[in-house]
Amino acid sequence: MATLTAQSVPETKATPAEKRRLLLLMGPPVLALLLFFLLPLGVMALYTFQTGTLGGEMSWSLETYGRFWENTALHRLLWRSTVVSFQTSLLCILLSYPIAYYLVFRAGDRRMTLLTLIIIPAWTSYLLRILAWKLILGTEGLLNTFLLWAGWVDEPSPILLFSKTAVIVTLVYVWVPFVALPIFAALERMDKRLLEAAADLGSPPWYSFLRVTLPLSMPGVLAGFLSVFIPTLGEYVTPLLVGGVNGIMYGNLIQDQFVRALNWPLGSLMSLVMLVALLPLFLLFRKSDQVLQ
Amino acid sequence: MINSGVPRKFSLSVGAVYFALFTLFMYLPIALLVIFSFNDSPTLTFPLSGFTLKWYQELWKNQELVTAVTNSLLVGILSSLVATALGTMAALGVIRFEFPGKTLFLSVAAMPLVIPAVVMGVAMLIVFARVGVPLTLWTVGIGHVIINAPYAMLIVAARLAGFEEHVEEAAMDLGADYWATLWRVTLPMSAPALAAAFLSSFTTSLDEFAVTFFLVGSDTTLPVYLYSQLRFPSRLPLVVTLAAIMMVLSVFIVIVVEKLRRMAS
Repeated sequence: MATLTAQSVPETKATPAEKRRLLLLMGPPVLALLLFFLLPLGVMALYTFQTGTLGGEMSWSLETYGRFWENTALHRLLWRSTVVSFQTSLLCILLSYPIAYYLVFRAGDRRMTLLTLIIIPAWTSYLLRILAWKLILGTEGLLNTFLLWAGWVDEPSPILLFSKTAVIVTLVYVWVPFVALPIFAALERMDKRLLEAAADLGSPPWYSFLRVTLPLSMPGVLAGFLSVFIPTLGEYVTPLLVGGVNGIMYGNLIQDQFVRALNWPLGSLMSLVMLVALLPLFLLFRKSDQVLQ
Repeated sequence: MINSGVPRKFSLSVGAVYFALFTLFMYLPIALLVIFSFNDSPTLTFPLSGFTLKWYQELWKNQELVTAVTNSLLVGILSSLVATALGTMAALGVIRFEFPGKTLFLSVAAMPLVIPAVVMGVAMLIVFARVGVPLTLWTVGIGHVIINAPYAMLIVAARLAGFEEHVEEAAMDLGADYWATLWRVTLPMSAPALAAAFLSSFTTSLDEFAVTFFLVGSDTTLPVYLYSQLRFPSRLPLVVTLAAIMMVLSVFIVIVVEKLRRMAS
C-alpha cells in the first residue's frame, strides 16, 4: 500500500484542468466510501444512544451503555474471543514462518510458483473450507477414523468438533496463507548480504538468524499477525458451524442481537466497542504494511 | 551464498518435508470434499462406500440451487464491474496525482480489507433499515462493491506504479488530451491488472457470506443457500458435490488471475 504514498509526484502547482480530472477520478470512489462505509459506521455509533424497539418509538438515552457495562458475561466473552483470535494469529505465524523462510532462502527460482501453490486454497469457498473441517473433526470424521484405525483411541472422540479447539484449528486453516504472504515479502526484501557480513564476523547461523533475519522480518510478522487478529475478532460464521456452545465468540452475540434478540442498539454498541478497541491495531497494521512495501 | 553451518542437503530436506506437509494440510480438506462428492452414501462418514455420479446428476435438478447460482452470478458480475471501475479511478487518482487528504483516504479505503465482517454487515443493515431501503440483491451488491473496491484499487495501483509515466506524456505530446490518453494508452496498458481486479472481486463476491448474511433479505445467493443447507444432514452430499465443483472452478480462476497479475508486473 505504501507504494501509493511513496510515489514521487513532481511538485508542481495543479492547473484547473488537473483539479477537474482529479475531482472526476476521486469523486465517485470517495463518495461510495462516505455513503456506504463511513456513514453506516457513523449511524451505527449514533444508534448506541437509542432505546426502544425497531419501528416503535425511539428515544435518546445512555441505557444501552449501562446495560453493556453491567453485563459481565459480555465482557468475559469479548476477552475469550480476544484470546481465541490471539492464539489463532500466533499459531498462523508459527506455522507459516518456516514456510516463508524455506521459500525465500531454500526454494530458489521456484519460490513464486510454490508460494502460489499454498495461496490457492485460500481463494476457494470460505464456507466450504469450514465444512471440510466438520468432516475431518466430526465423530465419524477423518481424524477419528484414523485414530481408531491406528489404535490410538478405543472409541471415537466426540469432543473434536464443537469446541474452542475446533474453532481455532479451522480459523488457522482459513487464515494461515494470509500470514505467509507478508512474512515472505519481508524476508524477500531483506538484504541477504547482511547474513554474509554476519558470518564473516564469526556469527554462527542461529545467531545471525536471531539478530539479523528475525528482527528484519518483524514488520512482516506484525502485518501477518494483525491481518488475522483484526478480522477474526468479530468472526461469527466459523464458531456457528464448528464451535458449538463452548466455541461461541463475541461476533456470534453481535449477530444474535440483530437476528434473534432484535436488540439493535446493544448490537451496535458491541460492534462499536470492538471497532474502537481495534482502531489502534488497525493504525499499527497500516504502519507495518507501509514498512513492508 | 548463505553460509548455513548445517550441511546444505540436510537443511534443504527438512524444509522441503515441512513444506510438503504444509501443502498437504492446505489441500487435504479440499480433496476430502471432492472425494465425498463421488461417495455413494447419504452420510458423509468414513469408511467410503463406493463410487457414484448420482449427486452430480441430482444437482442439476435442484431449482433453488439454480436460482441461487443465477443470483450470485448477477451480483458477482455487476458488483465486480463497479468495484473495478471505482478501484481503477481511485488508483489513477492516488498514483498520478498529489492531493491533500491522500493518506487519510488510503487509510479509510484500507479499512474494509481487514475490519470484521460482522461490523460492516450490521452497520450497512442499520442504514438501509433507517432509510427504508428494502434488503435485496441490490443491497448485497453494494456491500460487495465496498468489500472489493479497495482490493481492486491495490491491484490496479501496483500496475500503474509499475510503468513509466513517460508513455502517457509521449501520447499527450503527440496531441492526445488527458482522457484520450487514459482511454487509448493507460487503460489498455493496465488491461491485465483490470482483468485481475475484476476476477478477484468476482471470486470474492461469489463466496462472500459474512456481510451478505445481513444484507440479503429473503433472496438467496449461493453461499446463503449453502449455509441454509448445512443445517440438514440429508442435504450434505449435495452441498459437498457443489463444493467440489466450486473448489475446482475457483482454483482455475485463481490460476488465471495469478497469470494475469504476473503479466501485469
